[in-house]
Amino acid sequence: MSEAAIRPEDLTTARRWTPSPWHLVLIPLALVMLFPFFWLVVTSLQTLTQSRTFGLHFALQFHNYVDAWTQAPFGRWLANTTIVSVTVVISNLVFCSLAGYALARMRFFGSGALFLVILATLMVPFQVVMVPTLLIVRGLGLVDTLPALMAPNLVTPFGVFLLRQFFKTMPVEIEEAARIDGAGRLGTLVKVVIPSMRAPLATVGIMTLLWTWNDFLWPLIAIQSEKNFTLQLGLMTFQGAHTINWPLVMAGTVTTQIPMLVIFIVAQRWFVQSLATQGLKG
Amino acid sequence: MSSGRASFRDRLFASDHVAGWLFVSPAVVLIGLFGVAPIVWALIISFQNNSLITSGTWVGLANYRHLLHDPMFTASVRRTIVYTLLFVPITLFGALAVAMALNRRLHGIRFYRTAVFAPVVTSTVATAIMFSWLLDPYFGIVNVVLNKLGVASQGFFQNPGQALYCIVLVTVWGWLGFAVVIYLAALQGIPRELLEAAEIDGATRWRAFWRVQFPLLGPTTLFLVVWLTINSLQLFDEIYVITRGGPLASTTVVVYYLFQQAFAFFQAGYATAIAYVVFLAILALTVVQLLIGRKLVHYRS
Repeated sequence: MSEAAIRPEDLTTARRWTPSPWHLVLIPLALVMLFPFFWLVVTSLQTLTQSRTFGLHFALQFHNYVDAWTQAPFGRWLANTTIVSVTVVISNLVFCSLAGYALARMRFFGSGALFLVILATLMVPFQVVMVPTLLIVRGLGLVDTLPALMAPNLVTPFGVFLLRQFFKTMPVEIEEAARIDGAGRLGTLVKVVIPSMRAPLATVGIMTLLWTWNDFLWPLIAIQSEKNFTLQLGLMTFQGAHTINWPLVMAGTVTTQIPMLVIFIVAQRWFVQSLATQGLKG
Repeated sequence: MSSGRASFRDRLFASDHVAGWLFVSPAVVLIGLFGVAPIVWALIISFQNNSLITSGTWVGLANYRHLLHDPMFTASVRRTIVYTLLFVPITLFGALAVAMALNRRLHGIRFYRTAVFAPVVTSTVATAIMFSWLLDPYFGIVNVVLNKLGVASQGFFQNPGQALYCIVLVTVWGWLGFAVVIYLAALQGIPRELLEAAEIDGATRWRAFWRVQFPLLGPTTLFLVVWLTINSLQLFDEIYVITRGGPLASTTVVVYYLFQQAFAFFQAGYATAIAYVVFLAILALTVVQLLIGRKLVHYRS
């Protein structure tokens, strides 16, 4: 059950083209799923007039991209999003590992109650807490800064919960051997446990990255200045400012989606595995 | 005496009380500050008249009472229910069909899978913008094609009778891949022998699927129903980017409505009361789904 959606043998077999009726189903399906992307790129290469007269104009003029990047600070927004996402991912990996490990392996005063509290916060939707979260962030003097985007997500209950579940399923024997050899709790975690937890850690890392990178509602509330926008927030305002110039908007959209799409295509196996894990453990 | 104290200290550190709390302390501080405190504070705010700027004044149950007599709120709940009743079954059965089609060795299967998964990593904002352009009433490609086929141009997001259904389309496209991944993983966990046994028994493929495979997918289907429902009740991003709740409030779903109350009308107390009601509704619905699911779903050991 816990295996990834793509089995290794699927990737190596079927080298030769064998006719199958399934292609008649799958090709239209792929076309429907990919058409929005295709049309996005085609439009981004058109002039405004071309986009308003039907016909495939593969003009291949990159003016819209140059214009988009000179009219809006996409580079800055990319840097902001990267800084926030990387910080949040690293922080989650470190702190969720520590907490998840303690909750799975150590018996300390209040650990049971603590786990229940974390489970409870996991179930509360963001809309419930968005007003007080804004007030807390404002109280800390962080409104309209990048740390405002990081702070509420530095440790996610999801990460703690998921890693705790995985630590629970690991055999205790290796850890006990390390403990007998004199390693402390932290030493055992770092040297013995973490190296055998690459798949679950990748899951937490990838899911956190995807959420933080594409998050919209919280940046919308917490950020006002254009210089502190994330890519998604910037893209939204960019579209709002150029509603009639679709080719320009499309060029902006392409540039904001390329980083995540590239990461996805390179690490597709890990993404798929992470999503599937979330489904099985979540 | 001193040896007794030392052994107490030794025991304290040898046990996990100190180490345990040291390990969880960063998580406790951050989840406490941004997880637990806001939940409690939100409950307090929901009993207040709070404008986000000045500190709130206590109004008791007034916000919750107002909810019952607010036709805009009732309408937003109705739209959310319509949306959920369309979005969840379409995504679920669409994903099941696609996962069945993708669950085979075939030349080019990687390409097909990538095509289905790619929308999952595309941001909701970008998805919303792409579909705004595809469904643009004046220059969008969909209307151009419809015109060629002799059909008049449609308003789509600008037609109050169509906008919510177009939002369903956008979000199904965005979520399908996620549900497919989950179904594919589950399908691959079903031993082939079971299906082969069913086929030897003379069951048709169709019957074998509904009698053998679908029941085995029960836990996965239950998880997806719960998960998709939770997310569809929280629909916001696409509405904000594409329609801003319009035209004529036809896409003002409940979370968009509470967002407006909080950040356009500065009725944060009222907005938070709505949020709490939505949360309790989600909780109740999830419990009901899990109870029904337990009756219908058979877990394999």
